[in-house]
Amino acid sequence: MENTQVEQTVTLLKEDGVGIITLNRPHLFNAFNTQLNIDLLAALKDVGKDPEVRAVIITGAGKAFCSGQDLSDRSAVQGEVPSLGDSVRKRYNPLILAMTEMEKPIIAAVNGAAAGAGCSLALACDMRFISDRGKFVEAFVRIGLAPDSGSSWFLSRLVGVGRAMELAMTGRNVGAEEAVQIGLANKLVPHDRLLEETLAFAKQLAQGPTRAIGLTKRALYKALDTDVAGALEYEAQVQEIAGKTKDFHEGITSFLEKRPPRYRGE
Amino acid sequence: MEYQYIQVSRDGEVGRILLYRPKVLNALNTGLISELVQTLEDMDQDPTIRCILLTGGNRVFAAGADIGEMATATSAELMLSNQFADWDRLRRIKKPIVAAVVGYAFGGGCELAMACDMIVAAENARFGQPEIDLGIIPGAGGTQRLTRAVGKARAMEMVLTGRAITAQEAFSVGLVNSVVPAENVELEAMKLCQLVARKAPVAVQLAKESVLNSFDTTIAEGLDYEQKLFYLLFSTEDQKEGMQAFVEKRRPNFQGK
Repeated sequence: MENTQVEQTVTLLKEDGVGIITLNRPHLFNAFNTQLNIDLLAALKDVGKDPEVRAVIITGAGKAFCSGQDLSDRSAVQGEVPSLGDSVRKRYNPLILAMTEMEKPIIAAVNGAAAGAGCSLALACDMRFISDRGKFVEAFVRIGLAPDSGSSWFLSRLVGVGRAMELAMTGRNVGAEEAVQIGLANKLVPHDRLLEETLAFAKQLAQGPTRAIGLTKRALYKALDTDVAGALEYEAQVQEIAGKTKDFHEGITSFLEKRPPRYRGE
Repeated sequence: MEYQYIQVSRDGEVGRILLYRPKVLNALNTGLISELVQTLEDMDQDPTIRCILLTGGNRVFAAGADIGEMATATSAELMLSNQFADWDRLRRIKKPIVAAVVGYAFGGGCELAMACDMIVAAENARFGQPEIDLGIIPGAGGTQRLTRAVGKARAMEMVLTGRAITAQEAFSVGLVNSVVPAENVELEAMKLCQLVARKAPVAVQLAKESVLNSFDTTIAEGLDYEQKLFYLLFSTEDQKEGMQAFVEKRRPNFQGK
């Protein structure tokens, strides 16, 4: 109660079509308290709805990306939330679903440790850029818990079930280099240039055919849940939609006119 | 005809009805149901229409009955007003009706979708009977058609807890025919309508009748009834045309005779 009213746990900046969401509890390594869950969801809904925002970055202020659940948060300790299952359902699952359902690319700029639910948060982004100081830690097992907030789903799909078992059962650190090697991160960037490079990349994506990019995201996630026939049918469904967008028309026109396309995300 | 609560159009041999009370999420008041049923009966009589598409538009199918209309009613008033009389006429429509469901189909909206013959659902569609939370129960088929569609355990859960099910759940229990992206729901429903509209109309009507009859009868009586309808179709020109076309390896040209 002391801090939650005044603390701005999340900042949101919009620049050239990119929404930059920064977890902002640096003194606690951006650990999740209830307020951060609420503010992050609000920020995600904001960028999700804003047609000017066509790509999203999530990063952390200070040394860490996000250290996961704040273990000293009173609501977690003193039993205001009697069941961890309900806590996960109410506080974390809506965040992860909002991210996977948002039809815009979300890139994590992993500037430091991404641990526990913080690791899950990074994995639920569509791509991860990591600094040489970044690391992923499936820390749940270290305190006697199993992975939550999507880690069981994303981790095994990103690195394969065998590696996922190892990382989730040991809770060991995965440094930036290894992360890129095993497919947990897309790109390793020197620490000082992490935000700059991620932002440049996001701005490029924000100039793209946003509807098609959003449909790509839908189709790729859908494909993870379905058989070949189902994926093929879903591709047909998605292409039906993409084929009616103004950006597709612009893509064709610019190709025929031999000029670069000017996509507007419509 | 002037419509206040629905919009009516057609695409070839498919009649399209749009529930249109956008400000109240297509809440089903008696006026809407009355216009809807009248229009369905008109389309049933129109020989140039062979299949009917019922949609709530691209945001919501129907979020339920108009609660404001009923909130202060007494048992006697409701009974005497006989508001379900129009709903009863719904099940006498002989042409196939396909519902295109985007978003909520709750309460009366769920019952209306289930009163149709097939349902194409959007990924974001939700089906539920939340009447229990208002201290009542479904009154337009929500305990009957739902149970027949999804089985006792799931129907009980939905009716007793008011919990809605997702499109995917609805698909897995057989409540809906397909689940597609919301943007494509009407397109897919229309394709389904057009597919049915190309079949022999008399056969289509009797097929619908026979399937619906299966819910109301024993298997023996149902099979007997099916056989009678089967024999009956051999008195139609479309049966001759259909079989002739099959033999000649060409597409049949059905006339509805």
